[in-house]
This record gives sequence, structure tokens and C-alpha cells, in this order.
Amino acid sequence: MSEAVPTLEDYRDVAPPGTVELLRRLSERVRGRRVLHVSTSGKVGGVAEILRRLVPLLEEAGVDAGWESLDGEEAAPQVAVRLHTALQGDEERMPPETFDDFRTFTRARAASLELTADVVVTHDVLPAALVDARPPEGAWVWRCHLDVSRPQRRAWTFLRQFVVKFDAAVFSLPSFAQRLPIPQFLVYPSIDPLSDKNRDLAPSEIDAILAQLGVPRDKPILLQVARFDRFKDPLGVIDAYRLVKRQHDCRLVLVGGAESDDPGGVELSADVREAASHDPDLHVLELPAHARREVNALQRAATIVFQKSTREGFGLGVAEAMWKSKPVIGGFAGGITAQVIYDVTGYTVNSVEGAAFRARQLLADPELCARLGAAGREHVRQNFLITRQLGDELALMATLLR
Amino acid sequence: MSEPTARTAFHFHTCWELPEMLGRRAFDERELLEHLEEVPLDSIYFHTHSSCLRQRGVPGVYPNDFATWAAIQVRDRVLGEKLGIIDPHEYADLESLRAEVVSLIDDHLAQLRSVPRIMFGFGEPFYFMQSRVLEIPTGVKVRTLREFRDALTTIDSGAVYLHLVEARGRKGRRRSDFAAWVDEQLKLPDLAARMGRLNPFQQSLEDIRRRLVTLADEALDRA
Repeated sequence: MSEAVPTLEDYRDVAPPGTVELLRRLSERVRGRRVLHVSTSGKVGGVAEILRRLVPLLEEAGVDAGWESLDGEEAAPQVAVRLHTALQGDEERMPPETFDDFRTFTRARAASLELTADVVVTHDVLPAALVDARPPEGAWVWRCHLDVSRPQRRAWTFLRQFVVKFDAAVFSLPSFAQRLPIPQFLVYPSIDPLSDKNRDLAPSEIDAILAQLGVPRDKPILLQVARFDRFKDPLGVIDAYRLVKRQHDCRLVLVGGAESDDPGGVELSADVREAASHDPDLHVLELPAHARREVNALQRAATIVFQKSTREGFGLGVAEAMWKSKPVIGGFAGGITAQVIYDVTGYTVNSVEGAAFRARQLLADPELCARLGAAGREHVRQNFLITRQLGDELALMATLLR
Repeated sequence: MSEPTARTAFHFHTCWELPEMLGRRAFDERELLEHLEEVPLDSIYFHTHSSCLRQRGVPGVYPNDFATWAAIQVRDRVLGEKLGIIDPHEYADLESLRAEVVSLIDDHLAQLRSVPRIMFGFGEPFYFMQSRVLEIPTGVKVRTLREFRDALTTIDSGAVYLHLVEARGRKGRRRSDFAAWVDEQLKLPDLAARMGRLNPFQQSLEDIRRRLVTLADEALDRA
């Protein structure tokens, strides 16, 4: 069942004081102006998930907001997938002829789209090429959601020829910024506090969900929610849990899973399951993508949440956990360092031992847990809620239309 | 006795900050110093004055980004402490502040045999930024201390930043807009002096908002 889309007013009680009024005032700068978002897909993926929430809020704020996607009868060329992978630094062969497919596809889609607006925001790889069809009026923004901190040079050089034709670029982290002749703005991703994944749950609801998942609540729960790939280090989390377990009776819950087309992930998943098979306090849960309420309940039931990645994009799971007032022990990677304030909202660690030490410390000191948890919730309230992202989008429009 | 009423109302404004990346990064303290000599003054401002805007609810380890980076990412606690004590409001202008930060790092490096740097994989480089700050009228206008106090409980903390930090740091005013108005319009110099002592580089903006409300309440109780 799809979730109801909240209105701006619904955020009054969860956003920082005065935010709703501030957003309404800010929106006066761009009232009646048209913004058009263009994404690769209108149905699946993180970008579609963000725009589904953001576009109605922009409209409510008085902006004439539109959203187009490149979904069509014909599939996007394979090169888009390859570029996406290569831009994130993974090994990917990029034969020169496939770049022509990319251009041909986007040229055809551009002809069928109405690209006139005061501000046009194209998201990620495929829609970036639409800039070649930009009309003379309007400001164009390239919104990059990918971790392009270490891109394959060949892939970036290809994409860069489009990016330099925009008026501005927007990245999710400072480390993703590139050498570009256009302004590069920073807009952090955000979580929606009213979504099923983050809204308040009654204690009875949490109890029922954990019982359903077969996770008893008789001892402290350590939790990591992340797909099983080596960069999320689930085996490292198990090693840390074992070090903790020597001194504190606790459970570890790993929520994840592996894509069937990822042989490394499938192998890792088997290793994780093997490790869990000898320990009744170690729970491995493979939940479907729509199990948002279940993840919410597990995060609320946890005492400590791990995000022990060795490589990470933004890692919004950290903000989700902090929103539920949980101290987070995170790996020193990607956006985790932007979210975790060391010794204030949690700890960033560089090793299994570091993760175990901090977990032991937190389990021994409930007051420390409470202090870090409360600070984490406040930190998210100020910096990582969708209301802040809405404000950034409005400020970006106002800045470009000055 | 009736409450003093200002001839000129206080208009609360607030702001929204849009951070912008300069594409410059430093991996060690020498590179930090070299970039510091070249970056726009807006970048110096971003990493010192407006740090508190990004720590509005939860103060970080140190009140400016240079100190935090040295202490946390480079693990040079000595430089972190030396930079952490800097109070941006003590400098006449941003060039003086830049000169102080540069000479402090230079003096520190002169005492070391090697240049401290982040360990690969265990520390983040320093990313130089600046920002566009959009000033926004809230529509809230007050004439009495009670109205002022009530407005403080409802406005967002960006307004506290704008009237306290931007007023002095960017607009070059001698004291915060709050202290100036309370003194000049309400003729309450003692309250103005107390408000003037609030330091956004030692407390979060939310703490300061609460403290301002408390100070106003105390003054109202005394009246």
C-alpha cells in the first residue's frame, strides 16, 4: 500500500521551531516560478523516492513544480548502467562505441520532452545529456546523487563534457565535488520523519513486529541495516559483536541481503549465515525493500546501531538511527563522518576493535547512550530532515534566479 | 507601571544558508595554510563565523572548522586547541582573522620536524567552502520586551544567528542587533549588556535562544 503524502503543515511538530514559517517565507522568493526535475526513472530508485515527496512539497510552497522521467518503451542503453558503475569507481569496461548509444537515446528522449522552465534540474547520469537540448532561457542544474569521489577517469571525462554546460552542479558531500568551471553547491540528502520508515511507533507495535521477526527483547540489541557487500563489512560487525559478547550479554541483528546478480554479495551472505548458524543471539534477517516498518521497529528496539562501512555513499541509515535517538557507531567513510559527531552523537571507528570498544563503553553506560541518542536526534532535526532539503531546493532556485 | 515601548519596532529576520564547495582541499597542515592564504574571505567566514549555524542544535568539538579538522582528522590536538580558542568577534575584519589563523598555523609548523597530515583512509581532507546566505524577513515585529521574548520562542534559530553573528561578522556592527535594540529602544542597558555577553562560539544557537528568553523573563520579573 502506498503511503499518504504529508503536507508542509504536518512537519510543524517534528521540524525545528519556526521551520514551516521560514519555508513559506523563503518560498515567496520563487513563488509562481517553474522548476522541472528530470530523473532517469519515475518509478524506482532513490531519486524517484526523494522526488515523490519533494515535488508535492514544492508545489504546496507555491512553486510550479514538474517532474519528468526518461522511462519509456525502449530500455535505457546499457552504457548508462555502465557509466553509473564506473563513475562510482568500480571496474567497468567502456568501449568507445557505446557512448554513441548514450547520445542517441538522450537525443530522442529530449525531442519528446518539454524542457522549458525557470530552473531545470536533471538528476544523475542519463538526463545530464539533455543539456545539449537546453533552450536559451532558464537555469540548468546537474544534481549528482552518486559517490563520484573516485570516478574512473574515462567515464568522468565523458560525462564532464555535459556537466560544464550547466549553470550549477549539486553534490551530496564535499568529497564528491570535482574540478568544474561552474558553482558547485552542497545539498545533503534527507530522511522523511513522517514516512513508514521513520514515523513514531507505539511500543506495542514495536513488540509485535519484533516478535513476528523472531527477535526477543530480553537483552540489548546491536543492529546493522545494510545490504551484504564487503564495503558494509557485516563480517567485521560480527567480529566486533563477539568481542562485545565476552563482557556484555547482547544480541546482534543484521538486516540485509544480497542481489542475486552480485556473486560477491551472495558469497558474503552465505558466510554471514554460516556465522549466525552457531549463535542463537545472532539474527540475520533478509527483508524485502518494502519492509520499512520492520526496519523502523528494529531501529527503535536497538540499543546501539552500527553502520560499520569501509566505503559508503551518504549512508542515510545513520540519520534514520539517530532520529530514533540511538547512538551510532559508524565506519570512517563517506557521509557517515558528516552525520556522526564524534563523542557527541556517536563514534566513528577504523577497526573491529574500535567498534567493539565503543559498543562495550555504551552498553556499560546507559547515561552515555541517552546523551548521545538525544544529541543525535537533535542533530538530525536540524540537518537531515526533508524540510531542510526543501529549504535548500528553494534557496538554490532563489540563488539561480537572482 | 506600563512596559517600555520602542519607537522603532524590532523586525526579526532569519536566513537560509546554501553551502558552496570551492573545489580546494588540504591533506596536511601546510596545504591548509597555503589555501588559507588564497581562498576568498567568504570562505574564512564560512569556516569560522558561520560554523555555529551548522551546529545550531548540537555544538561540535570546537567552534570553528579549522580547529575541528586539526583535532579530529589530523589528530593534532595541540593545533586544534590553539585554533579552537579563536573568537571571530575579536578581530576587526576578516583579513585580520585570516592573518591570525595563518600565523598561528605557521608558528605551530615551525616547531615541528614534519608536517602533520591525515592518515590515508583514516582522516578526511579539509574541504574549503563558502556559502550564499539568503536573508528572509519573518514578518514578526515587536515593540515591547514581552513581545520580544514571546517572538524568541517561536522564530527559528537562523534568526538568532543573523541578528547575533551576521550583524557583527558580516555587517560590521559593534554589537548584536538584540543588544542594540534593547539598549537604544527599550532603554535597558543592563539587559543589553547581559545579552551582549552571550557568545555563539561557546554555546549552540538553541542554547542562546533559551538564554535570551531567560534573560528577558528575569528583566520582566524585576520590572
